[in-house]
Amino acid sequence: MPILDHDTVQLAHGAGGRLSADLIGRLILPRFTSPELDRLEDQAVLDLPPGRLAFSTDTFVVSPIFFPGGDIGELAINGTVNDVAMCGAGPVALSVGFVLEEGLPLADFHRILCSMEAAAKRAGVRVVTGDTKVVGRGACDRIFINTSGLGVVPAGVELGAGLIRPGDAVVLSGTLADHGMAVMTAREGLGFSSTVRSDTAALNGLVRLILDVCPGVRALRDPTRGGVATTLNEFACAGGVGIVLEEASLPVRPDVRGACEILGIDPLYVANEGKLVAVVPADAAEAVVAAMRGHEHGRGAVVIGKVTDEHASRVTMITGLGARRIVDMPVGEQLPRIC
Amino acid sequence: MKHLEEYRDPRLARALLDRIAATVTRPWTVMEVCGGQTHAIMRHGIDQLLPPGLTLVHGPGCPVCVTPLETIDRALAIAARPEVILASFGDMLRVPGSRDDLLRVKSRGGDVRMVASPLEALKLAREHPDREVVFLAVGFETTAPGNAMAVKQAAAEGLTNFSEIVSHVLVPPAMEAILGSPGNRVQGFLAAGHVCAVMGWREYEPIAAKHGVPIVPTGFEPVDILEGLATVVELLEAGRPAVVNQYRRAVRREGNPAARAAIDEVFAVCDRKWRGIGLIPRSGLGLRPEFAAHDAERKFDVGDIVTEEPAVCISGLILQGLKKPDQCPAFGTACTPLHPLGATMVSSEGACAAYHRYARGIEL
Repeated sequence: MPILDHDTVQLAHGAGGRLSADLIGRLILPRFTSPELDRLEDQAVLDLPPGRLAFSTDTFVVSPIFFPGGDIGELAINGTVNDVAMCGAGPVALSVGFVLEEGLPLADFHRILCSMEAAAKRAGVRVVTGDTKVVGRGACDRIFINTSGLGVVPAGVELGAGLIRPGDAVVLSGTLADHGMAVMTAREGLGFSSTVRSDTAALNGLVRLILDVCPGVRALRDPTRGGVATTLNEFACAGGVGIVLEEASLPVRPDVRGACEILGIDPLYVANEGKLVAVVPADAAEAVVAAMRGHEHGRGAVVIGKVTDEHASRVTMITGLGARRIVDMPVGEQLPRIC
Repeated sequence: MKHLEEYRDPRLARALLDRIAATVTRPWTVMEVCGGQTHAIMRHGIDQLLPPGLTLVHGPGCPVCVTPLETIDRALAIAARPEVILASFGDMLRVPGSRDDLLRVKSRGGDVRMVASPLEALKLAREHPDREVVFLAVGFETTAPGNAMAVKQAAAEGLTNFSEIVSHVLVPPAMEAILGSPGNRVQGFLAAGHVCAVMGWREYEPIAAKHGVPIVPTGFEPVDILEGLATVVELLEAGRPAVVNQYRRAVRREGNPAARAAIDEVFAVCDRKWRGIGLIPRSGLGLRPEFAAHDAERKFDVGDIVTEEPAVCISGLILQGLKKPDQCPAFGTACTPLHPLGATMVSSEGACAAYHRYARGIEL
């Protein structure tokens, strides 16, 4: 880490003077070098390949900022890359905005910047513009990050929940609930150690692979907040179709399942940050799953259910015992139960 | 986590369903006492797999559901005070009082913290000697030992800034109230396994004998519940009102003596109001006088906050097994998990919430 005059973020680091220049020039810019950013203008000017643009924004406020398997910086890059990619677009450029709390150790900030640099490299996107603000102690929780992303949708690619048809297969790229349970079990106060790690990953490579194997893929989504249950309910409502899940097919790591059971939380409703749900025509499902399993972020790909014309706009499940039940939208945050 | 796959094994479950079907010759109505069991029954669809004459009704064993409105209102009044840190289990945070809930008090600046154990609340009291830490101690016999230990430890350490709002309830008096009600339909019980892990089942033996009902302490996984049901049906068909333990890996006849001793040392049996049901004599636990310094309701003088339950919903009938959630005209319309009218829609373990979540308005 470069030596600066302070160990922690000072209000003056956001005041536009020498300290600001120091922070940006010595700590931030070296991590995100790109032709657009290095001009140091107030805006990035981009030359983009032809095609429709996909544009998305997301703000990251996760606590704790470092958790098993990742940190807030990596999440901020991967999250927006994934949001752009889920319409089939190839993500090209990101903006990054930081809100730093006075007193944040600069070593922590540097560690976050390094993991953002590595995540952007892995995803093949450039950070082309950015902003840094400092707020007084207590006005934010150490660091908040906003990222926005631009991507280009290749000609002929058209995805959306409205295209889902009865008979289609629902494919999940891997295990459920890893990110949400990693963060929840790492939170101060919960008081148990665990081996659960976040699955945070950029999925644009996996999306490209799916489009190559199955150009007729109907819809893709990354099931973040609210989990797979929420994503499938959104698909069912938007498509005016029913979705039936097979409980026995849902992949959950044993340690994640254990943590969920202890806290009384259903893994179907827990956030993922490196998984996607793909709805594909039934005759393409086998080829899509096989191709996904050959990709580092799709090793656990599996068909978890199918689209039906009964129970329109509803998600139901065939339980492990062979009964049927509803998989509803969650009401709010899942809260650990009393006993 | 061991035991999850084994106790959800579809082949074992199928064999138990066959055993139940082969045993039943007449209609029977069985109550599962605990909300955790209700939740598991709905989540796995167990009720759909039973022979037609065997009816499950859902009992009062949901601590969030039966905590009286006035306890919530008192907790809200205490949580709003600037010197207080109010600590609570997660699922109490969203429970509506007359006008508010703890999450809304928190959004207005109240210091409300979610903890997984009363000992975490005790830690808060140690770390913040200048603040009053109040733990919302609700639940059945299951959570009573931990809540008792926290008070005992606070007294031993001289932590005068730690107190509890105690609203503990006891299962056997509720079972007696249900069996004694004029419209009672319950012919046998699956008793709450975790309550029995603490208390054992000796106190159920006189109830079984007096009312002629079999009682089976039962666990919470599908295979547990089906084995409990097979046992209770066999006892009913044989005309044997006995107590037989299904939850052998957790429950002994005498319960957990150390946990029971902690309860007895800190708490004494008292009359208690149950949300949706009303007052049941000798159905609760309150702090003994020697621990009065740790009684939050005295400390903050909120005893005069008295709230009557609005008579708009049938949760009292549901908690006694007299009605099912989908027999309520407000179910899923005026009353939903977002806007609960009554106790059983409030908690995720309440019978109405379980019906709403897993089986609402759909022919499956």
